[in-house]
Amino acid sequence: MPGFPSDLPDEGVTTQGNHLRSIGAVRLLLIGLVAGFFSAFFGVGGGVVIVPLLMLVGGYELRSATATSLGAIAITATAGVVVYAFHGDVQPVYAALVGVPATAGVIAGTALQQRLPVRTLSFLFAALLVGIAIRMLAE
Amino acid sequence: MTYAAAVGLGVLAGVLAGMFGVGGGILFVPTLVALGLTQVHAEATSLLAIIPVVLLGVWRHRRYGNVRWRSSITIGAASIGAAVAGAALAVSLPESVLRRLFAVLLLVTAAQIAWRARESA
Repeated sequence: MPGFPSDLPDEGVTTQGNHLRSIGAVRLLLIGLVAGFFSAFFGVGGGVVIVPLLMLVGGYELRSATATSLGAIAITATAGVVVYAFHGDVQPVYAALVGVPATAGVIAGTALQQRLPVRTLSFLFAALLVGIAIRMLAE
Repeated sequence: MTYAAAVGLGVLAGVLAGMFGVGGGILFVPTLVALGLTQVHAEATSLLAIIPVVLLGVWRHRRYGNVRWRSSITIGAASIGAAVAGAALAVSLPESVLRRLFAVLLLVTAAQIAWRARESA
């Protein structure tokens, strides 16, 4: 598909003809199906599914997998919100309560990524998630 | 959970999302549940809260040329129908089942973050 210069290294198939290119598209569609179900079912973006699949199946490196995942999630989350809104489950005031502070946080996070020991923080973040999980399971 | 604590967790969710590419929704949902929302309402509301965060993330990554637009749009378009199915299943399950499955998701995410940290060492 022309017109997207950043797509050139996609799956390393750009010089290998239309057959392999179509396999690339099928893989992307399958990733989308899994991610869409997962995202709406759990109310999360789906990056935890998309990023490793792009790396393992598509051969992406972490940064472009993360960035590409974010672009997909913008569409996926919007679809999920629309479906839940029809059920009357979305509460916009609460969404603003956590979402607006998070926009400030995401700017800080991308800047901090360059300066902080991300490896140590990764283990702290993982420990936090395990703690929340144990609390939820114990309830 | 006070509103001030929820705002603090919102900031933290954003920081983690910026650093790891995950961490928005995974923290929004438990925070909203702690504020008194049901699991389904928390998930639905989390998806709305995610949208401005990912748009900002995409905008920042775009400047570095990291986003592969064709792939993003293909994955996103394919996800729409599956998102309808995922939401339909979530609202049909008992609250306690959905909450336990979410706890499992937290454990899987924790494992993945730890694995990525080891890989990049």
